[in-house]
Amino acid sequence: MTKFIAGGAIILLAIAYLIYAGVTQSVVYFVTPSELAAAPEPGKAYRLGGLVAPGSVRWEPQRLDLSFSLTDGARSVLVRHHGTPPDLFGEGRGAVVEGRWTPEGVFRATLILAKHSEEYTTPGAAGDAGYRELLKSLRGSP
Amino acid sequence: MIPELGQGALLAALALAAWGAGAAAFGARARRPALVESAQHAALGVFGLVSLALGLLIYAFLTFDFAVRYVAMNTNLGTPFYYRITGVWGALEGSIVLWGWMLCLYTLIVILRHRERAHELYPWALSVLFVVTAFFLIVMTLAAPPFARLTPVPADGRGLNPLLEDTGMITHPVALYLGFTGFTVPFAFAVAALAAGRVGDTWITLTRRWTITAWYFLSLGLLIGGWWSYHVLGWGGYWAWDPVENAAFMPWLTGTAFLHSVMIQERRRMLKLWNVTLVILTFALTLFGTFLTRSGIIASVHAFTQGAVGVVFLSFLAVVVLVSLGLLAWRWDALRAQGELDSVLSRESAFLLNNLLLVAAAFTVFFGTVFPLLSEALRGVKVSVGAPFFNQVNVPLFLALIFLMGVGPFIAWRQASLRHLTRNFLVPVAVGAAGALLFALLGVRSALAVLTLALTLFAAATIALDFGRATRARLGRGERLLPAMGGLLVRRNRRYGGFVVHLGILLIAVGITGSQAWSVQTETTLRVGEAAELAGYRIRFDGLQASEESNHFKVTGAFTVENGRVRPAVMQPSKKFYRQETSPIAGVDYWIGLREDLYLVLGDFSRDGRQATVKVQVNRLVTWIWIGGGVLTLGALLAILPERREAG
Repeated sequence: MTKFIAGGAIILLAIAYLIYAGVTQSVVYFVTPSELAAAPEPGKAYRLGGLVAPGSVRWEPQRLDLSFSLTDGARSVLVRHHGTPPDLFGEGRGAVVEGRWTPEGVFRATLILAKHSEEYTTPGAAGDAGYRELLKSLRGSP
Repeated sequence: MIPELGQGALLAALALAAWGAGAAAFGARARRPALVESAQHAALGVFGLVSLALGLLIYAFLTFDFAVRYVAMNTNLGTPFYYRITGVWGALEGSIVLWGWMLCLYTLIVILRHRERAHELYPWALSVLFVVTAFFLIVMTLAAPPFARLTPVPADGRGLNPLLEDTGMITHPVALYLGFTGFTVPFAFAVAALAAGRVGDTWITLTRRWTITAWYFLSLGLLIGGWWSYHVLGWGGYWAWDPVENAAFMPWLTGTAFLHSVMIQERRRMLKLWNVTLVILTFALTLFGTFLTRSGIIASVHAFTQGAVGVVFLSFLAVVVLVSLGLLAWRWDALRAQGELDSVLSRESAFLLNNLLLVAAAFTVFFGTVFPLLSEALRGVKVSVGAPFFNQVNVPLFLALIFLMGVGPFIAWRQASLRHLTRNFLVPVAVGAAGALLFALLGVRSALAVLTLALTLFAAATIALDFGRATRARLGRGERLLPAMGGLLVRRNRRYGGFVVHLGILLIAVGITGSQAWSVQTETTLRVGEAAELAGYRIRFDGLQASEESNHFKVTGAFTVENGRVRPAVMQPSKKFYRQETSPIAGVDYWIGLREDLYLVLGDFSRDGRQATVKVQVNRLVTWIWIGGGVLTLGALLAILPERREAG
């Protein structure tokens, strides 16, 4: 019986170590732009949440280069990302980005999680008109 | 009218369920069959009333009755017919109704199967089933009422979440809920065994096929969820360690452990306490999963709503855990083991280790999922651990489990001799080692991939060896080859159904290994006529088309794809703009193959239609996950069949 208890203990210890190592290596800190701006640590993994500042989004499709500012009202942080903005992404909307702070003063995002709104929105005629105009402009193209 | 009728039916069902719970328990205690019979009638009544409520809800969806808030939130005039029905369980309130209805259905089946030869445990189990049903009816009538009115009545509804407009969404929740509710039955019989003080093997024998049924549906639900994620969400993955996926995965892990550990109790009279605990834990985890999903305490793509539901579920979970612990303490003496462990090299210890690893995996998933909550509560720091944590911790555990899959079913009980070990494992070990060498020579550079494939080969070889020997034994008795093999599967369906499930898991392991190790992707912006290249494919952008569908606008890209092996063909990934959504939904286009899938997602595009960004993925061996899933479910179905073991 002692063999089993000893074996079980060794296995449990190994699993505990796996969990400990896993946590220390993959832990990501949630911060707001103010918190990050107050004490930025280059190289540390962050999740930064805020509002995409209106007028700040620059998107260059040829180089797949996306940059924008995330703000919490008090401070804002410049974020750069390589890749297409996700569907839910947009100016004035909430977004959470995952990545690292670089010494150049830019937050390099590897992942953008745009926030999904569950609020009740009445289907607006304005939205339809916008889509119809888009369809027309696309149909006009060769 | 419908809201009042529906709410009335649910309230009446609640009253009946409360009566049924009391009558069954008192009937069991006082040995009054008349009371148990009354509880059975109550069960029929509850089933009828909940069916009526579900029917009314479906009717309200089909007739666009926007006076019902839930209907207005989850459908609109443009929603196609099928999705008006599936919209019923597209969000919280309706899915609880579906859940409750399934539980009532299961209760009826339990009654049909057990009322004739009513066992001592049966009325107690019936009472527990009533209590759980009553809990869901409380949720339906108070915390998340599906029939709440909306005033003023809007002219059109908001519409279903467009991501749910998919055939996967018809089946995924249904299968998942059948699995979740299915575990209520073994739980009910386990609690009945504790209450009646009969903690022997009876409750396990009575519920064996129930457990496999629940496990079958839960597996199916998880697999369809992965399929849906891969084909609809447009990120090219099938599993994200999202809290809600984890919520369904944890009871799957403990349920799997339970399926294995009952064999030890049947054979060696050990692990009684452990088995009761496992089944309680599995049931508690299904409740915890619902709590996670519905309370909104953990951010997730699945979390629909916040509100009182979380508190209600947490309270019920607390009651379940406390009452179960109380019962365990009460029956402590009866739960002690009769058998003893003899040797480390034995089937018992292989199964014990299997259980230890499965429960440890469930614990790590639990830990990673609630880690943000723990950290914020204990240290005040908001942190999270993502997919890297879950992969890093679980991959070693799952590799060990694959190894045990090859050892456990084939090693001797009590103590394995050296001769026995050589006879059963020498060839499979050689096959695994040869496989590892071959993969390394073929240029597989990932050590993890080589190890996984070698272990998979080893486990598959043990199964093949066993099946080959058993078939040969039947051939020796004059049977022909195919009838001999078929006979094994049908006559010894529990053992060989289990092996078929194992083969399914091995195929899934191959698919996961391949997709993790060898998939490639690129993202690029193309002007009309330009082409991207990836892994032998040439993808030329031909232009964009726009169209107006029944309930959305759609922009479709045309890409001509050629790869030298097949004729050039056009792929059409799209973006769909729904009125009720502020942002578009990706429509993925893909080619599916045994070796690799080509997966195209349309990204951003210019308004003149001359330029578009496209994400191209070549995902390797992913199809084997779905094939493995099919094999696994076939094996589980085989194991559910009644045992028809021949004498001798």
